[in-house]
Amino acid sequence: MSPPPDHAQRSELFLLDHERTTWHDETLWFVRQKRDRAAYATPEFQELRRLASDLKDHTLSRLAQYLEQFEAAALANGVHVHWAADAAEHNALVLGIVQRAGARRVVKSKSMLTEECHLNPHLLAHGVEVIDSDLGERIIQLRAEPPSHVVLPAIHLKKEDVGETFWQHLGTEKGLTDPQQLTEAARQHLREKFLAAEVAISGVNFAVAETGSVVVCTNEGNADLAIGLARVHIACMGLEKLVPRLADLAVFTRLLTRSATGQPITTYTSHFTRPQPGREMHVVIVDNGRSQQLGRPDFRASLKCIRCGACMNTCPVYRRSGGHSYDFTIPGPIGAILSPNIDMRKHASLPFASTLCGSCTDVCPVRIDIHSQLYKWRQVLGAAGLVPASKQYGMRLLSRVLARPALFRLGGAAARLGLRLVPHALSHAPGYNPWAIARELPAPPRQSFRQWYAHQSPPAHE
Amino acid sequence: MKVALFVPCYVDQFYPQVAVAALQLLAKLGVRAEFPPRQTCCGQPMANSGCEQAAQPVYRHFVDVFQDYDYVVGPAGSCVYHVRRHFDTLDQTPAVVRVRRNTVELFDFITRVLGVDQIAGRFPYQVGLHLSCHGQRGLHLATASELTPVRDGQLRRLLSGLDGLTLTELDRNDECCGFGGTFCVSEAAISARMGQDRVADHLRHGTQVLTGGDMSCLLHLEGIVRRRKLPLRVLHAAEILNGTLP
Repeated sequence: MSPPPDHAQRSELFLLDHERTTWHDETLWFVRQKRDRAAYATPEFQELRRLASDLKDHTLSRLAQYLEQFEAAALANGVHVHWAADAAEHNALVLGIVQRAGARRVVKSKSMLTEECHLNPHLLAHGVEVIDSDLGERIIQLRAEPPSHVVLPAIHLKKEDVGETFWQHLGTEKGLTDPQQLTEAARQHLREKFLAAEVAISGVNFAVAETGSVVVCTNEGNADLAIGLARVHIACMGLEKLVPRLADLAVFTRLLTRSATGQPITTYTSHFTRPQPGREMHVVIVDNGRSQQLGRPDFRASLKCIRCGACMNTCPVYRRSGGHSYDFTIPGPIGAILSPNIDMRKHASLPFASTLCGSCTDVCPVRIDIHSQLYKWRQVLGAAGLVPASKQYGMRLLSRVLARPALFRLGGAAARLGLRLVPHALSHAPGYNPWAIARELPAPPRQSFRQWYAHQSPPAHE
Repeated sequence: MKVALFVPCYVDQFYPQVAVAALQLLAKLGVRAEFPPRQTCCGQPMANSGCEQAAQPVYRHFVDVFQDYDYVVGPAGSCVYHVRRHFDTLDQTPAVVRVRRNTVELFDFITRVLGVDQIAGRFPYQVGLHLSCHGQRGLHLATASELTPVRDGQLRRLLSGLDGLTLTELDRNDECCGFGGTFCVSEAAISARMGQDRVADHLRHGTQVLTGGDMSCLLHLEGIVRRRKLPLRVLHAAEILNGTLP
C-alpha cells in the first residue's frame, strides 16, 4: 500500500494514536533537552557553530579542489577510490567490489547514504546477504521499514514493538520488553554475523582532504568490529562530507554528538586511513543530486548538514508526525529542504510541513538557515505551479482584496456579518472548514477597529 | 515623531479591542499614533503559501501607506517580521528601505525606542506568556532556549513590572503554538495538536490568563481554549498593560 500523497495526510494518520504521539513527542523533546544542557555547558558553543559553518562554506566553495586532494591522498594510502554520479552507479560499484572479492556476506554499519541509494535491496537481489549492524538499523531491517530519524532510526518504535520483532525474527521469548535482555539478544545474533562477514560497509561522517582518511562515529563500536574482522572495507560517502584539514575535524566532533544526543563525543570516533596488510579498503564518493543542489545558491547551504538530527528533535512538527510522514530518506526540517532538489513534485508538500518557527535554524550546529530555505522552497514550488490550485487561486484573490482598501473593508464587514448570521454548525462544519475541526472561530465583533477609529473624537486622522 | 499604528488585517476585523488597547497604551506613554485608514495587510498569508509574487501589490500598498512615518508600530511580531525580513523582494527604493527599517513591534517600540521598561498597573493574576516565534527568534525580542537557559525578553520584563502579576514557568518556555499562518488549515491536524499541547502546558502550571505579543498565535490558542471550554482567559499583552482586567 503506498502512503498518502502529502505530509498533512500522512501526519494525520500518525496523530490518530494520541498516546503514542505524546510518547514520541516527549521522547524526542528529552533528547532536545540533553542537547540544550550540552550546549549550555560549553561556553564556546556558539563560536564553534560559527566556525563549523565557515569551514563548511569554505569547503563547499572549493569542493572540486578538496575532492581531488582527498582522492590523491587516499590513493597514496593504498585506498581504492570510486566515483558514483547517482544511486544506481553507487549500487553497481559496491556490488562489483563485493563480487570481485568473491563475497556473499556483508555487514553494514550506519549509513544514511546507502539508505538513500537503496543499496540493501540491490545487494539482496544479487544474492548477497547484507546485515545492518547498528542496533536501531537492525531492528527496522527486520521489520522491513525505512529509518524514521538520521541518528535514531528506530525512534518510532517502543520497546514492546522491538520485543515483538525479536520474538518473530530472533526467537526471543514472547512479550520480552526488558531493554537489556533485548539488546543482549541482538548482540548474540549480530556477533555471528560479524564473525562470518567477508565485507564491511560503513558510512562516513567526515572525510579529511589533507590525510585522505575517512572518519566514522558510532556509539556501538559496530563499524570498528565489522571493519576489523572483514577482508574488505567499503566506505560510502556523499561528496559533501569533506573537511579540509585534520585540525578542522575537532570542531565538528565537538559539535556532532552534543547536538545529536547531548554526549560530549561519540563512544567511537574511528579514523580509517589505509587498509591493513593483505586487505582492501574502498571509498565510494557519491553525487546523487548533490552537485545540482550546490548549483542552487538559495539552497546550497543545505549541503553543510552533518546529519546530527538536532533539527528533527527540536521540530514541533516532526515530533508530532514521525519521520515516516516525510516519506524521504532524510526526514524533518533538513529533509524538507533536501528532498525537493531530488523530486520537486513528489516532495512538494514538505516545505509546507513547518510553521517556520525557526527553532531548527537555532539548533543547527553548522548554522544552516533551514527555515529561510523552507520559505524559499515554497516560492520555488509556487512559481512551478506545485502548490495546490485552490490555494493559488485563493491567494491571488486575497491579494486583490488586500491591495484595495475599499474591497478589504467590504470583505471584512461581510465576513463578520456572515459569521454572525450563519448558524454555528455551518460556519464550523469541519468538512469545508479545517480550522473548525479542533478550534472555534473568533467571535465576530460588530465593529472593526477602523470603524471604531473613524468615530473617535477628536476626528481621526485624514 | 510621526508614528503610525499598523493594525494587522485580522486584528482590525476580529480583535479591534487589541488595536484600541495599543493605541491607548501608546497615548499613555505620550505617543499619539495615527491610524492610516488605507492600510490592509502585510502580505504574509500569500507569501507563506508560496505565492510571494501574488503578494507584491500588497507589499507595495503597505509601503505606499506607511512611507511618511518615522515609526510604524504594530502589535504583532509576525507581521512586523514579515515587513522587515521579506520585503527584500521589492525594489529597494528609499521608501521601501525606510518602511522596512521603521516598522517596529509594539513592545520593542516601547522598550527600545521610548526607553520605557516599566508600566504602572495592577494585574493580580497568574499570567502565561506565549512567545511568538517570529517575535522571539525572528526579531530577537526574547532569548531562545536553543541558545541560552536564561529566560528573558522585553515583554516578560514589562509584564513582570505589573503589581500582583505572576508569570507561569512552563515546561517548554518557547515551543511554537502551531498556528503558522496557512499551516493552521493546510496541516490542520498537527496545528491543532501543537496548540493543544501548548495550552496543556499552561493549564498544568496554573496559568489563569494566557497572553502574548502576537494575536495570530493567540487567535489559534483561543480557538482551542473556547472549543474545549477551558478555564483560561486569552488577552493580548497590550490589553493587560493598558489595564484591561479579565
